[in-house]
Amino acid sequence: MTENYPQPKQKRLSEDEVVAQLSSGMTVGIGGWGSRRKPMSLVRAILRSDLTGLHLVTYGGPEVGMLCAAGKVAELTFAFVSPDVGPAAVLEPHFRAARQSGAVECTELDEGMLLLGLQAAAWRVPFLPTRVGLGSDLHLVNPGLKTVVSPYGDGEELIAQPAIHLDAALCHLNVADERGNAAFRGPDLYFDDLLLQAAERRFVSTERIVPSGGLVEAAGDVTRLRINRLFVDGLVEAPNGAHPTSCEPEYARDEAFQKTYLGTAKETGAWEAFRSEWLSFPSEADYQAALAARPTEDAK
Amino acid sequence: MSATDLSSLVTRADVCAVAVADCFRGDGELLANPIGTIPMIGGRLARATWEPDLVMTDGEAALIANDEAVPAVGDRRYETYNPYRTMFDVVWSGRRHVMMGATQVDQYGNQNIAGLGGTPTQPRTQLLGFRGAPGNTINDTTSYWVPQHGPRVFVANVDIVTGIGYDRAAALGEQASRFHEIRRVVSNLGVFDFDTPDHRMRLRSLHPGVTVDDVTAATGFELVIPDDVPTTRLPTPDELRLLTEVIDPTNTRLREVPA
Repeated sequence: MTENYPQPKQKRLSEDEVVAQLSSGMTVGIGGWGSRRKPMSLVRAILRSDLTGLHLVTYGGPEVGMLCAAGKVAELTFAFVSPDVGPAAVLEPHFRAARQSGAVECTELDEGMLLLGLQAAAWRVPFLPTRVGLGSDLHLVNPGLKTVVSPYGDGEELIAQPAIHLDAALCHLNVADERGNAAFRGPDLYFDDLLLQAAERRFVSTERIVPSGGLVEAAGDVTRLRINRLFVDGLVEAPNGAHPTSCEPEYARDEAFQKTYLGTAKETGAWEAFRSEWLSFPSEADYQAALAARPTEDAK
Repeated sequence: MSATDLSSLVTRADVCAVAVADCFRGDGELLANPIGTIPMIGGRLARATWEPDLVMTDGEAALIANDEAVPAVGDRRYETYNPYRTMFDVVWSGRRHVMMGATQVDQYGNQNIAGLGGTPTQPRTQLLGFRGAPGNTINDTTSYWVPQHGPRVFVANVDIVTGIGYDRAAALGEQASRFHEIRRVVSNLGVFDFDTPDHRMRLRSLHPGVTVDDVTAATGFELVIPDDVPTTRLPTPDELRLLTEVIDPTNTRLREVPA
């Protein structure tokens, strides 16, 4: 007679079920880099939720601008917020407006210090030492930053980058298996693995979910399997979910859509009109259907 | 080709590209990481000529062997994989010479790309952020590229220090600043260095057709100006061929610094 063994965890969720596990005031890490491979379907779910007062930690792109413009952000830990692709669009207008108005409390870092802060949290150590930041004005925009003196003979004084603990992390990967392992197929993993390891609750959205055992074939190579299910609690299937950011090789950034979005900071009412047109659908499926229904000259 | 013939063919953008290339002279086998249109072209030129061991990026996540400034993805000749994680390994190892842009740069080579005016925590004009500037300048040789030299760029004191200059490095002491070097600032008007007793910025050379007065009028602090200021050198005939036929055949450099 067969014993009644426990079943594997079920991690499949919808975007709204992920957001239901978040609460206002949480520190949320967001994967990707600039306007590359951002978990935008989850960001859209936050935008249609009643969450407020979030503390975002990210190599920032349009998700920061959108969440700031929608009044969802109280705090931001960042080294940059920028589309970061192409010479024409290097600044993020809604982030700039939030920063210049003082609406968002900011902790600024060097790009590498953000890596170290996440790594320290992932390794459960209080800080990691680095030379990065010495002599600069980072202390004016990151007043908690302290130094540490090497206990060895050199006596060198270094910055002690504190661990950056996340309540939740949201990342978008090219492909995942049903257990929560995931792979990147594009040029760079960025720091998605560290964000997930540094977080209490870990959520991955993905272009597609394959059966367990099928991930190597789907990703092309075992070395691309960089997200381990030990660090994934919830999994969302979100085809085109990084739109309008890129998710290479599946799709490039939607330049026309981004241009429209970046233009919404220029005049009063433009953001609200954009939000009403594109960010107020009851579900991600409705958003994707509206994108697909655009006239072809507007589509990428 | 005579010198006269050559100078009539050379644009200001070509001179800038060669001046950038000369920044990397003597660097050997390290990651030359010029950011911007003319910086990338100048870096490629240095590697295509007298610095064959330089390592250079595709602007994304790989190190490539191409001489073309921006080869199409399918044309890239990959040397190795260099995602952001690995780039920090290189930066912190000291095996890199970066050329960054600067919204502001001051007389000691402090750079600002984070914000203008207001207060540090509430700037009047928010820019990019600190990006990698603190880490670059404390760990590696750094140079700057300014395509539009003006008094609002070359300022007496930057509004906030993202990349650290020589006065900040001196204040840190020898141990902390032992890897710091601001080698050059290249602008559309000339080349500048810090080879002075107190590491104040010095006019190193003027691009052809530019006067000392042009530079001082466009600079918001007192530059160190030698009695005899050399003229920035022209490309050699072979360098000009490489620039126009191999590295930048579509003349993108002329869009950054018009003729």
